[in-house]
Amino acid sequence: MIRRSTVLLRAVAPPLLFGVLLLGIWEAVVRGFDLKPYFLVPPSAIWSGFTDNFANIWDAMVVSGTNAAFGLIVGSIVGILMAFLLSRYKILDQLITPLSTAVNAIPAFVLVSVFNNMFSTTSVVPRRLMVTLIVFFIVLVNVAKGLRQVDPTHAELMRSYAASKRDVLRKVRVPNAVPYLFTALKVAAPLSVIYAYVSEYFGGAQDGLGSRIASNIANSKNAVGWAYVLGACLLGLTFYLVSIVIEAAVTPGRVAQRNRDGS
Amino acid sequence: MNAVEVAGLKKIFNPSKSSQVDALIDIDLVIPPAAFVTLIGPSGCGKSTLLRLIANLTEPTAGSITVNGKSAKQARLDQDYGMAFQQAGLFEWRTVAKNIELPLELKGWDRAKRKSRSAEMLELVKLPEFGEHMPWQLSGGMQQRIAIARALAAHPPLLLMDEPFGALDEMTREHMQAELLRICASTGTTVIFVTHSIPEAVYLSSQVVVMSPRPGRITQLVDVPFGGNRDEDTREDASFFAKITEVREALRGAEFEPTARGIEDR
Repeated sequence: MIRRSTVLLRAVAPPLLFGVLLLGIWEAVVRGFDLKPYFLVPPSAIWSGFTDNFANIWDAMVVSGTNAAFGLIVGSIVGILMAFLLSRYKILDQLITPLSTAVNAIPAFVLVSVFNNMFSTTSVVPRRLMVTLIVFFIVLVNVAKGLRQVDPTHAELMRSYAASKRDVLRKVRVPNAVPYLFTALKVAAPLSVIYAYVSEYFGGAQDGLGSRIASNIANSKNAVGWAYVLGACLLGLTFYLVSIVIEAAVTPGRVAQRNRDGS
Repeated sequence: MNAVEVAGLKKIFNPSKSSQVDALIDIDLVIPPAAFVTLIGPSGCGKSTLLRLIANLTEPTAGSITVNGKSAKQARLDQDYGMAFQQAGLFEWRTVAKNIELPLELKGWDRAKRKSRSAEMLELVKLPEFGEHMPWQLSGGMQQRIAIARALAAHPPLLLMDEPFGALDEMTREHMQAELLRICASTGTTVIFVTHSIPEAVYLSSQVVVMSPRPGRITQLVDVPFGGNRDEDTREDASFFAKITEVREALRGAEFEPTARGIEDR
């Protein structure tokens, strides 16, 4: 186990040191050149802004996290179901895939503005809808690919076993799609948080990180604004880490294999 | 009853299009039970296509195929054959034992029976302690042995192999050839084996089927009368080299003979 902790230390220490170094330079530059707070606040001010307002930042993190988690869960479920339908019915694939590509090309703020107009000003529906849509698209595309792209040798083997379509789905297509689902989730998890912030920024209730960052900076409370940004980073990282932990728990062998191949 | 009978077989890809390819013409072949028959020929001669036709993975343009006295399709539906490819094709989300058990699952065997059979097969391919490993933990040669165990798990009377050792290094390859002979002798399985290695064909087979370049035809049948006692000394025997020469000359004759349509597109 000594070896394992050494490996971990070697992986974590360089980026950690680099980060600390960058923060040090940032602090030194702000003090050395006497930069004004409206231009750039030093990390020390951000940290005190973070600790002083921790209760408020925490509340906003919970609000944004709930919005993102809602979209992540609902979008994934609907995306997985739709992927199954698309792999089953080719006609649906031809109808839905171009449509979802087109919808995905619409900028997020346009969609959020449209959704905001559809619901009341304090509604949480528009932001959650926005996150759901983004996650849905990512999960749909990846899972549909995993269900379709069966190894040719596996396909021939299943045919040689005279396997039914249902057996091929259960024993080959679904397990084949699992790593594709996790690839999608690892992309979608941080994005869901980002889209939650963006949606909060464009209206609706003013209780999420997206609107708090904007309002603090608008009120020249830059250090507090940056403290909320720190909260936003932490929330995004948490989502990403959770997606990795779930992947490692569900498919431990594959993660080990990837680490081995990657080394 | 013969294991496989092929008569008047023809396979044309994309007929009456500019991309038409005459893969196989005039194929007649009879394979008796417990024979080890190797299909050999240059790349693109249709030897894999012939194997896939016997497996009913693709349909012939004309002609008939009988496997175990049934149509090729019925034989496939009855799982009368096992198959192994150049890629081991193990399912990476299943343990080694579960890979061997997959054809048995699809046949509806119960769990206890499957488990004892996969343990038996692991013994047969001499990897008894690897049942709970994942495929990626095994070397290429070990993966290929598992693929053979999987192909033989449901007691098929016929084993179809498409260059199964093509991706292995020479030492592993020779070891696998000896293992395959041992396994087939102990199970009495008929084997049709595609290769483009002449020594491999001679070492393994009771009969070598030599095929011509496209359009693929059978140009010569070379019998290899070494019987069942083949070992490492066989590879160094004068009669072994004589057979290699015979197959090589048969291949060369096939190469330079003008083709039926007078077109050589290779």
